[in-house]
Parts: sequence; structure tokens; C-alpha cells
Amino acid sequence: MYSDKVMDHFFNPRNVGMIQEADGVGIAGNPVCGDLLKLFIKVKDDVIEDIKFQTLGCGAAIATSSMVTEMVKGKTLEEAKTVTNAAVAQALGGLPPVKMHCSNLAADAVHKAIEDYEGKRPGKKSRESLFKGEAAEAGVRGGREAPAYDEHLHHEIPEEED
Amino acid sequence: MGKMIYMDHAATTPVHPKVLEAMMPYFTEKYGNPSSVYSVAQEARKAVDEARDKTARALGCRPSEIIFTSGGTESDNAAVRGAALALRQGGDHIITSSVEHHAVLHTCQSLEKQGLEVTYLPVDRYGQVGVDELEGAITDRTSVISIMMANNEVGTIQPIAEIAEVVKSYRQKGRNLVFHSDAVQAAGALDLDVNKWGVDMLSLSAHKFYGPKGTGVLYLRRGTPFTPYQTGGSQERNRRAGTENVPNIVGLATALELAQTHRESASQHSRRLRDRLIEGILSRIERVQLNGHPTNRLPNNVNFVFEFVEGESILLNLDFAGIAASSGSACTSASLDPSHVLLAMGLPAEVAHGSVRFSLGTANTDDDVDYLLSILPGIVAKLRAMSPLTQTPTS
Ligand SMILES: Cc1ncc(COP(=O)(O)O)c(C=O)c1O
Ligand code: FES
Repeated sequence: MYSDKVMDHFFNPRNVGMIQEADGVGIAGNPVCGDLLKLFIKVKDDVIEDIKFQTLGCGAAIATSSMVTEMVKGKTLEEAKTVTNAAVAQALGGLPPVKMHCSNLAADAVHKAIEDYEGKRPGKKSRESLFKGEAAEAGVRGGREAPAYDEHLHHEIPEEED
Repeated sequence: MGKMIYMDHAATTPVHPKVLEAMMPYFTEKYGNPSSVYSVAQEARKAVDEARDKTARALGCRPSEIIFTSGGTESDNAAVRGAALALRQGGDHIITSSVEHHAVLHTCQSLEKQGLEVTYLPVDRYGQVGVDELEGAITDRTSVISIMMANNEVGTIQPIAEIAEVVKSYRQKGRNLVFHSDAVQAAGALDLDVNKWGVDMLSLSAHKFYGPKGTGVLYLRRGTPFTPYQTGGSQERNRRAGTENVPNIVGLATALELAQTHRESASQHSRRLRDRLIEGILSRIERVQLNGHPTNRLPNNVNFVFEFVEGESILLNLDFAGIAASSGSACTSASLDPSHVLLAMGLPAEVAHGSVRFSLGTANTDDDVDYLLSILPGIVAKLRAMSPLTQTPTS
């Protein structure tokens, strides 16, 4: 079902994890099936120095998360902003049609992490308000309501790190 | 690829060698059309008759009450639609459950579009229908009740005999009610005696009990109102037109006979492995939940939710390790909807996301269970380490 490249990134995901003192955090939720991606970036001189991700999702969601981190690591913010969902899917040698929507997570999260970073710089919106707004947006984007993780899980969700 | 451990017998089963052997002559030597008069055709006719007798014996019914179909889906469609349309003058209300297979649910939805009314009964957290609730849903217009014998996803067994008692009491009051049960998952595990269960219609599918795909049975109790859905030749006593699939019908009857003969020992075998697997998962992995009824479930069904992870990613890792299983995650369904069964049982969509079903079969061994238990905790841990919902920092 998946290309070798997808399977490679799925079984050996690059840049998994989190960055404790991230400069920007982007969260993207998948309104179609309820998957979740969280991206952390470390920025220096407008270059993405480090990037890590955490994903809950299908094979395609994990592989596209991994792929996008490789694509933007070491790139300038301006370059990273031009990454598209289609480009991520293409870099993986394509995705099955039913899985195309999964690649939306990856590029969206990158863009949001950059927005978050830019919003935190002096003179911009505070990070917190932006972050909250984005998390909510990530949950309800699209025509269909995606599960809002924090509200509906009937077990306790571990606290997000700040 | 090395050895494959198949744990998806609720999806389908391999054809038993004896079944294949019984089928073979009807492809190449005894290939006649059972409706023709010459001898090669008469051999085929005889084979279908014998298969019907065998099938009737397994269900404790008359051979004339057996209709061979193209599988469980057709049997379910034929039953619900056939009875509902036949009874439409006197009643236009169907009662079913919210955890039925789509073969029943989508048939009901299509009948709703034709103006019939359908009640989809809720289930408790184990996936069971309440008999009182079912009785409470019966109206003056109710014509058909369709409740599955055992659920394909979570293995929960429904109170069929009790429901049949309710139906019987209404019938004694002069009501024309038809009771259908989808027993597709029950064959090989439960007794299929239609009189013991008290059903008027029953669906079976051969590929779930080591028979060929694309062949099923609809049991239709004598006198049950039924409008044929497939018209043409006069096969199956005018109830299902079309040249009989002779090799598959022979295969179905052979497989059903084998399944009934070995039912006790096969059930015991899978029940033991099932309980080992359930115990093993509960003791080795945290934050898991067994789905379905703890005891009143199919002997071969194990269905768990692994919190904070997604089913397809577990399945891919299992497949890499040589194990075949399935999931109720939205990501594994073509429609991208999470399992309607788990949702009906009250699981939130994101929890259903982490569900995995292992369905055992005759070929599974203790070694298979040990192997699965040796690799599963690592897979779940690896995916949890990647999950934004898990606390543990990974770098
Ligand atoms: C409970 C149940 N009903 C009906 C079906 C449909 O049977 P078939 O695959 O033979 O069409 C299945 C199998 O998928 C099933 O599990
Ligand atoms: S993200 Fe759910 S299908 Fe891929």
C-alpha cells in the first residue's frame, strides 16, 4: 500500500521527540480522521536549526511528519514557509489516494510553528494567545468536527509541557 | 517474508484442504449446470442437493429452508429487504442494533430511503442489546427484527434466544413479526440450531469458517414472508435466481460440516489462547482496555484499545513482525470513519483510534501468542514515545 520511502520514514522516523525550550510550536489536527501532529522548532538567524515532532496517526501521518522535518531542517524560515503538502507527499514517492489528506498535517504544522515563532518576537502577538487559538483551530478546521482531544478523552491527558 | 502469523480470522479464513479437495471436481470434471438434464449436469445437481442436506443438518432445519447465496452480505440484504418488503402492507418498521455489520445497517438505511422506519437500538458498554429495550421499541407497525448473533469487531454475543422469546410472545398475540440473525461470525463457535435459537432467518458466510469466499447461506423458515430480491431463473425455489455456484456450495457444506464436528475442540483451543492473550496484554501493557464483553464473547476474539496510539501504525509494525491483525481506527477504514461498533459502545472517536482486533483460528498456537506478547509491548512503547499525547519526553 505504501511506497518504500514511506515505510522507511515510518519505521525509522527522523527527528522524533520534543524540544524543551522550543522557539516555536505548531500543532495540526486532522479533521478527517482525528490525527494529531506537534512540531517544535529551534531558530537561529532565521534558520531552522533544529526540529522535532510528535505524531499520533497512521503510517502516512508519521512518515509525512518525519519527511517534512528533513525537508525544512537547516532551511531559512522563508524557504520553510514554501513547503506544501503536495511537496511532502511527492518527496515520499507519493501516497495512496485515501491517504493524501494525511500529508496536510505536516506542512500545516511547519507553517504554524513558524507563525508561533514569529508571533513571539518583540512587537508581535504573545505566544500564548496565538498558541491557544491555533490549537483550537487545529481541532475544528474543515467542515467536519475533529475530536478535541483535551475535552473528550475520558481518561486523563498528561499535561502539555508549557 | 518469514513465517506469517495470521490473527485475522474474523476477516476471513484459509480454505481447509479437505474443503478444497471436495470442491475441485466441480470445476473441471463435474462442471455441468445443475438445471440441465444430461449426466454431467446431474452430478452437479446431486452435489448441490447433498450440500443442501448437509447444511440443513447443521442448522437443524429442512433442506428446502436453505438458500445458497453469494455470501454474508447477500444473505443479510436478502433477509432484511426480502422480509421487510414482503410485510410492507401490514408493517413498515424494522428494529435492528447500532452494532450490526454494514450489510444489515446499510440495507436498513436504504429501506429508510424507501419510506420504511428503522430503530437502531443502542448497546451497553460491552456492545450488548437490552432485551427490554428491544421489546419497548416494538410498535404496531414493526415487521422485521434483525440482531446479529455475535459481533465481528468485539465478539460480543447477543441474547438471541431471549429476543426470540419476545418475538414469539408477540406472534402468539397475532402479530406478524420476522426475526433475522446475522450469524456470520458465530459459525464454528456457537451452536447453529435454528430452532434452539428461535430465529426465522439466519445468515452465514462460508469464508468465515474455512470455506470459500463469495458463498453464503440464508436460512428461511418455512412460511416466512419473503420477496425475492434477485429474479431470473427458478433456482433455489424461485427465491434466488442464478446458476448455482456448485464448487463453492459444495465447499460451504463441507466446511460447515467440519466446523460443526470440531466446534467444541476448536472453541476450546481458541478460548485458551484468547484468554492467555488477554491476560498477557493486560499484564504487560499499561493503559489498555479490553473491548467487548469480558466473558460473553466469541472464543476467538481479542479486541483492545491502546491509549495514545493509532491502530494502523500498530498494524504496520505487527505486519513487519509477521503478524496479521486489524483495527477499528478511522485511518484503517476506507471511509475514514472510526468503527461504528466502538462508537456505539460509548468509546470516543480518539480512543477507538487505538483499537486492535486479534481473531484467532485453528492454526494459531501458544508459540504465536508468546511471540505476539513478546513484541507488542515494544511496538506500543515505541509509538507512545512518538505520540504528542504521551508525557514521556523522548529527547
Ligand atoms: C457479522 C458479519 N456479517 C456479514 C458479513 C459479510 O459477509 P461476506 O464477507 O461474506 O459478504 C461479515 C463479514 O465481513 C460479518 O462479519
Ligand atoms: S492521518 Fe488518519 S488516515 Fe492518515
